[in-house]
Amino acid sequence: MATTTLAPRAETYRRSWILEWLTTVDHKKIGVMYIVNSFFFFFAAGILALVMRSELAVPGLQFLDERTYNQAFTMHGTIMIFLFVVPVLAGFANYIVPLQLGAPDMAFPRINALSFWLLPVGGLLILSGYLFGGAAAEGWTGYTPLSSAYAPGVGTDLWLIGLILVGTASILGSINFIATIFKMRAPGMTLFRMPIFVWTMLVTMTLILLATPVLTAGLIALFIDRNYGGSFFEPAAGGNPILWQHIFWFFGHPEVYIVILPAMGVVSEVLPVFSRKPLFGYRAFVFATIAIGLLSFSVWAHHMFTTGVVFLPFFSFMTALIAVPTGVKMFNWVATLFRGSISLTTPMLFALGFVSMFLIGGISGVMLAEPPIDFHLQDTYFIVAHLHYVFFGGSVMGVFAATYYWFPKMSGRRLNEGLGKIHFWLMFIGFNLAFFPMHMLGIQGMPRRIADYSPDAGWTLLNIISTVGAFMIAISILPLLVNVVATFINGERVGDDPWEGNTLEWATSSPPPPYNFDKLPPIRSERPVFDIRHKHDREHLTDEARLPAEAGES
Amino acid sequence: MSAEARPVTAHASAEGSRAQVGMPTPLLGMLLFIASEVMFFGGLFAAYFNSRAAHVGEWGPPRGAPELEILPIALPITIILLSSSFTMQFAVWAIRRGDQSALKRWIGLTLVLGVAFLLGQLYDYSQLGFGISDGIFGTTFYTLTGFHGAHVFGGTVGLTILLARSLQGQFSARNHIAVEAISMYWHFVDVVWIALFTTLYFLR
Repeated sequence: MATTTLAPRAETYRRSWILEWLTTVDHKKIGVMYIVNSFFFFFAAGILALVMRSELAVPGLQFLDERTYNQAFTMHGTIMIFLFVVPVLAGFANYIVPLQLGAPDMAFPRINALSFWLLPVGGLLILSGYLFGGAAAEGWTGYTPLSSAYAPGVGTDLWLIGLILVGTASILGSINFIATIFKMRAPGMTLFRMPIFVWTMLVTMTLILLATPVLTAGLIALFIDRNYGGSFFEPAAGGNPILWQHIFWFFGHPEVYIVILPAMGVVSEVLPVFSRKPLFGYRAFVFATIAIGLLSFSVWAHHMFTTGVVFLPFFSFMTALIAVPTGVKMFNWVATLFRGSISLTTPMLFALGFVSMFLIGGISGVMLAEPPIDFHLQDTYFIVAHLHYVFFGGSVMGVFAATYYWFPKMSGRRLNEGLGKIHFWLMFIGFNLAFFPMHMLGIQGMPRRIADYSPDAGWTLLNIISTVGAFMIAISILPLLVNVVATFINGERVGDDPWEGNTLEWATSSPPPPYNFDKLPPIRSERPVFDIRHKHDREHLTDEARLPAEAGES
Repeated sequence: MSAEARPVTAHASAEGSRAQVGMPTPLLGMLLFIASEVMFFGGLFAAYFNSRAAHVGEWGPPRGAPELEILPIALPITIILLSSSFTMQFAVWAIRRGDQSALKRWIGLTLVLGVAFLLGQLYDYSQLGFGISDGIFGTTFYTLTGFHGAHVFGGTVGLTILLARSLQGQFSARNHIAVEAISMYWHFVDVVWIALFTTLYFLR
């Protein structure tokens, strides 16, 4: 079979530009809207981070009081996690997953549009607390009793409603992705020929499907406590504030993997392309991803060691166990690089940044899995350092790798490599300046979520370094913005497959037509585009030599 | 008739193999949605059992309110909801045979039973003598039964749409995926009630 011929392209229905984007159900347009929307929230939450770092640079209260500082870190955490990292990766997946599967669109295009449009509504509701007497101020974890009926103001209620909407968007999106992956694959695209990015999204979406509704239940319970006199978390009436922590982290720990797995998928697409080697151990990687997904539901109470009500050995053991499949992936990546023909393009730099920084975050994670260490470091800056090495050094590096890698697919133009490398190095150095000192601050006992500290504590120098790093990260965004604008105006047109990619999205035009593929190549491995490019290399092989490569095709 | 026929995308006609094997995509979507709902109710049930385990003293309605009794209301509405699952399944079997008039009858009956359950539940609420703010039992009781009731209400909306569409003759033996999907949901809501009824009235 040469190529699968498909019906001619659907005729485009002409609408005005605005109406087209407002009413579109095309997964590519929705994906772009996800990404743009997420970056707006990224800038908002980033500015809050700068405000916090400015406040913390030296002892004393210069810019904020304690209350506004509490609001700042609450909004920063909530927005970054729920409205930047999760949706921006879902946005890339929205654009790329149907392309990688050879599908014309998502399984439920209109539900896809709904899950996108709930996001800006939910996000603005969360932020709108600032207009109504102050935003939520309990931290992104919203612990009771800080957040229960004693915390006055509608900011927390708006936070709850906004998160319920954002969670609903995630659940609808997860249903859509899982149905797409199981029902919309092109002929020949068996499960074990799916690109790794699709596999990581499948596991991520399963985690969202099963974890987010539990958070919704908890958010509703808290809303009932705050507004209808309920007593879920109210000890005086028989409730239990620790229950909130159980519910939150039963969702919250899978959430950590919801945030990191798609980035792992991006990196596993980028590293092979720029090492000119297949991903080492495709199946091991898939099973490691599934193992991480399963284990993620059994470790939530490692966030609650110091509450004294959880069984430490079990949760400590399970947490350490997650390091095993994660370590498998590290070997996959390093072995992919080993003796590869490496080209250090911008997406590759960000992918390498991911591998190295995520390693540090993973190691500090295993440290925190040990109760004796965790008891000392709970709620110190060591935790802040750890979670930023995972979320920023991990996920956000993955987001930028995806941005530089797939921008040519979305626009037909490649982002300028010089500006991209400036962006990477500023961000990489700034990131380490900002967050590495926090490890030391945490070990020295500086608690997180404080607006001020004593000049005698000896924390000033490290805090200044951290603030300098934070501003360096902010500056690193400028070359990116210039790059995106300049590329749209006068970028280098690079054709359909500038990176010599392996997966199906590179087999269609850039940007792809409305229904994605005019014709699909035959899919005989997890690298169909590689197979077409190198089909002549194989023709001189004898039949015997070819057989192993094509085994399992029938 | 044609409204039920799914729009043929540029690709679907050219490839018989895509999405035609195994469960239809809309039913898979409904099953996944039900999986998320299981976790939602799982969260609420977990809150109930956590509160109950930590509770000191007798577990039940607050002092001064009557004990929870399965008669005269809880048991009858349970029987009503259970029967509605059967009538729903009869509707599915009817349309699988292509029997449109039986479909209308069974869906109509299911809708009536669903509304009867909701009215019974509201009447029950008015007789209980305690509210959502009367301690942890009241909070968990009304949250659990209230969210279940909201799901029954959502089901009756779906049933109303099914009824309207079946009155227009939109379903046939080949095209009735909406009936199958709503029936899955309706059975799920029924199962939640069985768990809830057992938990609240028998696990004393």
